[in-house]
Amino acid sequence: MIRAEKIFKNFGDQAVLKGIDFTFEAGKTNLVIGKSGSGKTVLLKILVGLFQPTSGNIWYSDINLVSADKESLRKLRMEVGMLFQGNALFDSMTIEENIRFPLDMFTTKTLKEKKDRVNYCLERVSLEGNNNKFPSEISGGMQKRVGIARAIVLNPKYLFCDEPNSGLDPQTSITIDELILNITKDNKITTIINTHDMNSVMEIGENICLLDKGKLAWQGSKDEVLISKNEVLHDFIFASPFLQKLIENSK
Amino acid sequence: MNLNLFYHFGNFVIWQAQIFKRPENGSMYYKETVRQMYDIGIGSLPIVFLISIFIGAVTAVQFYYQMAGSLIPAYYIGYIVRDMTIIELAPTITCLVLAGKVGSNMAAEIGGMRQKEHIDAMEIMGVNTSAYLILPKLIASLLMIPILVCAAALIGILGAYIASVPAGLFSSAEFIKGVRSFFIPYNVIMMLVKAFVFAYILTGVSCYQGYFVKGGSIELGQASTRAVVYSNILILLADYIIALILTA
Ligand SMILES: Nc1ncnc2c1ncn2[C@@H]1O[C@H](COP(=O)(O)OP(=O)(O)O)[C@@H](O)[C@H]1O
Ligand SMILES: [Mg+2]
Repeated sequence: MIRAEKIFKNFGDQAVLKGIDFTFEAGKTNLVIGKSGSGKTVLLKILVGLFQPTSGNIWYSDINLVSADKESLRKLRMEVGMLFQGNALFDSMTIEENIRFPLDMFTTKTLKEKKDRVNYCLERVSLEGNNNKFPSEISGGMQKRVGIARAIVLNPKYLFCDEPNSGLDPQTSITIDELILNITKDNKITTIINTHDMNSVMEIGENICLLDKGKLAWQGSKDEVLISKNEVLHDFIFASPFLQKLIENSK
Repeated sequence: MNLNLFYHFGNFVIWQAQIFKRPENGSMYYKETVRQMYDIGIGSLPIVFLISIFIGAVTAVQFYYQMAGSLIPAYYIGYIVRDMTIIELAPTITCLVLAGKVGSNMAAEIGGMRQKEHIDAMEIMGVNTSAYLILPKLIASLLMIPILVCAAALIGILGAYIASVPAGLFSSAEFIKGVRSFFIPYNVIMMLVKAFVFAYILTGVSCYQGYFVKGGSIELGQASTRAVVYSNILILLADYIIALILTA
């Protein structure tokens, strides 16, 4: 479980986050949704500790990320995996080397054990046999899956995904969403996903936080989305002209 | 402007303290250091060779021109070329050139990793990125650049010989006598001190420019240019200070 407590963030005199209170629940897919520029990435980077909040606290169970000492921070980092919006795969390393990097850096396993773990993770994301390709040689969807494999290689307790299906076709998006959902359920981890994709929201949105102009505009689950009367949420969901047409036709 | 200078200096010092922490995993650092040593050492040999040979050649020919008709004995050429190369030309010119070759490369490599979020990805994993990305480069530079500078000095003297003896400016025996005259071992120490200091400057400054880059490809280009320009200015400044201190 991760709890954000009154998170404020300013860049210069631009206030990006203005007091976010939210609890990200364990064993669930927690979604942060909102328009582009609403501060999703900033919130995620604050939650993982890449940015310091201007004020506020972040609780990982009973450890406060903002005031934690170096040693507990280091331990915490080992329990966190993250999939970046641009994948952030190391482009001069093969796929296997990318996934093995955290193992090489932090474990004393033998090469055989590490390779087994890499192969297990590759299988988990249905990419077995692609060990020796370079990130530039595979498609965007495959790169995302490699990113997921690298994020879970150390068996994290917390998984962060920044726009896991941006730039992917709808079908690939669904497989990525299902993959993240399955990993969350199988390993009982706290997963936090940034997205502006309504399909993801309706598919895997177990605990949703809607950001608007730096504030929490709505929270709930996917089952509550359609019955909610919240205006910001309504505008966000029905922004697509395709949906508008469907609704008009069905009337 | 002045405040900015203080800010960067302070930031640099704090960042340097981050670099000298205990590595997470020695063998990963070792592998990276070896790779960097190869890149910096072997990779820079051709350009160092080319530049030193010409510097030596030009020094010899120019001094011959200035000395012609004077009462200074011809073998002094060897002596002058040797000391010029060892004390000043080999360390300074080599490091100025390496700032352009190695420094800009480091700034671009690390800056690219910053922009593509590779550094963030490593941070999340728990890697001390300042140490992992900079320390191997620093160690490799501190080991390889002094060796390159020594090579540059030897090649420079060789260049002087090749340029002047076959052209008949003076005899081989005269040149060799000159090179072996009035040798002061302390000068070699001065050369090595310069090489170490310049190596540290060009690596530190270039990595700093890359590590803290913001924005996109234009900013990356600018950071790479700044890496070279600032390294060069600081190397020349340090050259002057070292000369003052070591010859006092
Ligand atoms: N490193 C930064 N420096 C300054 N401003 C930033 C930085 N990162 C994000 N911002 C600002 O924060 C706002 C929210 O950005 P972001 O969180 O990336 O939005 P999104 O919801 O699309 O992920 C934007 O207006 C952006 O200009
Ligand atoms: Mg974003």
